[in-house]
Amino acid sequence: METIERTRPAVRFNDAQIEMAHGAGGKASRRLVEGLFLPLLANPILQALSDSALTSVNGVTLATTADGYVVKPLRFPGGSIGELAVNGTINDLAVSGARPLGLMAAFILEAGFAGETLREEVEAMASAARRAGVAIVGGDTKVVEHGFADGMYVATFGFGTVDPRVRLAAERVVEGDRVLLSGPIGDHGITILLARGDLDLEASLVSDTRPLTPFAEALIERAGSALHWMRDPTRGGVATALNELVRGRDFGVTLYEESIPMRNEVRGACEILGLDPLHIANEGQLIAVVSGEAADGALAAMRAIDGGENAACIGEVRATPPGSVLAVTSYGGSRVIDMLVGDPLPRIC
Amino acid sequence: MKYVDEFRDPKLISNVAREIARTADPDRHYRIMEVCGGHTHAIYRHGLKNLLPGNVELIHGPGCPVCVLPMGRIDDGLAIAQQPNVIFTAFGDMMRVPGTKGTPLELKARGFDIRMVYSPLDALRIAQTNPGKHVMFFAIGFETTAPSTALTLQRARALNARNFSVFCNHVTIVPAIRAILDSPDMRLDAFVGPGHVSTVTGCRPYEFIARDYGKPVVISGFEPLDILESILMILGQLRSGEARVENQYRRIVPWEGNLPALRAMGDVFELRPYFEWRGLGFISQSALKLSNAFAAWDAEVQFEVPGVRVTDPKAAQCGEVLKGVLKPPQCKLFGKECNPEHPIGALMVSSEGACAAYYRYVHRDEPVSV
Repeated sequence: METIERTRPAVRFNDAQIEMAHGAGGKASRRLVEGLFLPLLANPILQALSDSALTSVNGVTLATTADGYVVKPLRFPGGSIGELAVNGTINDLAVSGARPLGLMAAFILEAGFAGETLREEVEAMASAARRAGVAIVGGDTKVVEHGFADGMYVATFGFGTVDPRVRLAAERVVEGDRVLLSGPIGDHGITILLARGDLDLEASLVSDTRPLTPFAEALIERAGSALHWMRDPTRGGVATALNELVRGRDFGVTLYEESIPMRNEVRGACEILGLDPLHIANEGQLIAVVSGEAADGALAAMRAIDGGENAACIGEVRATPPGSVLAVTSYGGSRVIDMLVGDPLPRIC
Repeated sequence: MKYVDEFRDPKLISNVAREIARTADPDRHYRIMEVCGGHTHAIYRHGLKNLLPGNVELIHGPGCPVCVLPMGRIDDGLAIAQQPNVIFTAFGDMMRVPGTKGTPLELKARGFDIRMVYSPLDALRIAQTNPGKHVMFFAIGFETTAPSTALTLQRARALNARNFSVFCNHVTIVPAIRAILDSPDMRLDAFVGPGHVSTVTGCRPYEFIARDYGKPVVISGFEPLDILESILMILGQLRSGEARVENQYRRIVPWEGNLPALRAMGDVFELRPYFEWRGLGFISQSALKLSNAFAAWDAEVQFEVPGVRVTDPKAAQCGEVLKGVLKPPQCKLFGKECNPEHPIGALMVSSEGACAAYYRYVHRDEPVSV
């Protein structure tokens, strides 16, 4: 079994109570995971803190992942909780370099929840699983009293085998590597925000939920071992994913602000609401860090995929400033991009 | 995106930056205060600081309504939130601002009904859909947001919505600028004037700054080109020894202000004799309260609140930062005990707070120019 020793700054969890921010994927989530779960459950596999746990069995590297879905509302333009649960679980495997083999799902249902709605969500799961060529092979059902669980929650488990041609790890990232992104950011988070109807804002925007397996496979095929790291920037957005990459490392990431693909609707909503699109969740985008020489080919491979037309090189790995993500503009301005703090948009997945 | 991209044009920005470098006298140190926290954030978000010559120093002003609110007022608002059957509503900016016993968000996690709204009208709508509850809106802001509170109160009166009230913390910008100008430890050359406030007040209220204190004022927009052009206009005035009020933000700010908005404010509010500002102390006639005609919607009349004056934690230097005497990283607590997750002062969490701007956008190793 391969274990990766990582020296991370020690994080302590002393928070008096759980707040929404602990589920937002940003700094508070990190404190909960690294300050409470990690020390209490300590083992070398967990220590890697990647999207999937990697274990080696008879020479094959298995990737396993677990995920929970509490999105509100259950349905939103471009998707629903069932489709999101399947795609999200598949994506955690895909960005670990794994081919998904099967999923399981545990349902927590509220008494009084409409049977027809449950049927539609399970149909959505079946159709998403078919689209990705994965079977849902098991699960569990629990029911809680009326007034809890907002209709339904889904917890998932997924497993797959890691492609032997790649080894993805932050340790493999070096100065000169390029940062590639599969498409426009912020669609999912802003879609959910608007779907709740609390804001008098309307935009023709749909969630980007989709399986990322075609992107991951194309990158592995094209770049092979020149592919160094992948992540799907869900909660906390691109900013949080890249900060997790650089934290405690001797390199940093510099983003070219103007080259980050983004729809005008997302930009506009973020300008109006004072949100940073780099902190907004995505459910169908992938960040890949590849060597400088392989970058053009890898980008072309992503662009050749249906739905990858807007893929872009958004930045590069630089020696300075180490441990930080910077964004630079073409006129010479620069700013630090920090992890998400707090929770501007609770329960987006 | 229209009205945004034109003002972020890299070529134009570079041109104006070059023009600034040409206009600034290299033998002189300029201290220019941007009054508005929105400007502070735009300057750091777009990295404009890097485009200015080293001898043009920007001093961050008190134009962040959340930051200048003393802790006692937050405690009073949260005391109302803990009354039975009350829904506490506020702008998102307030949610992580600490009172003595925690932030609105922490109270929400403990089960109190605390909701974020984007407009006071949303709070009134919540009141209408929850007739069995009382909805209190924690109103905050300068003249920018005061008119929307005023219109909401006028509508509440028209609807006779009796389960709605406003806890009013609206403040006015001019008395604060005057307090800074009269402060002995403050030496300033000029002001980047507030943009959003001026859409309501117009430009006339700032004329005393040029006339009585001899300092240029340029009302500025919030995009990179706006701010750089305003700095260029200020340097131009200083070079020719002038002191005038100029309006760079003409596409939004009318010289005479927004008369219907001012009328609505006049109908609903009256000036408090004095009000406490964090860091600046008590300033006379610097804040608004609901007039007697709106007493039925005035949370300060309808609820008993502790009304206790709370002093800031001793080690925190929020006051000095608010006055522009210290830059955020010069505070002993900056980035250590005080950070966006565990703020000691509101400046660290408000979207207009100077400490939040530095923490979010400025690299830690970057030297602070003083």
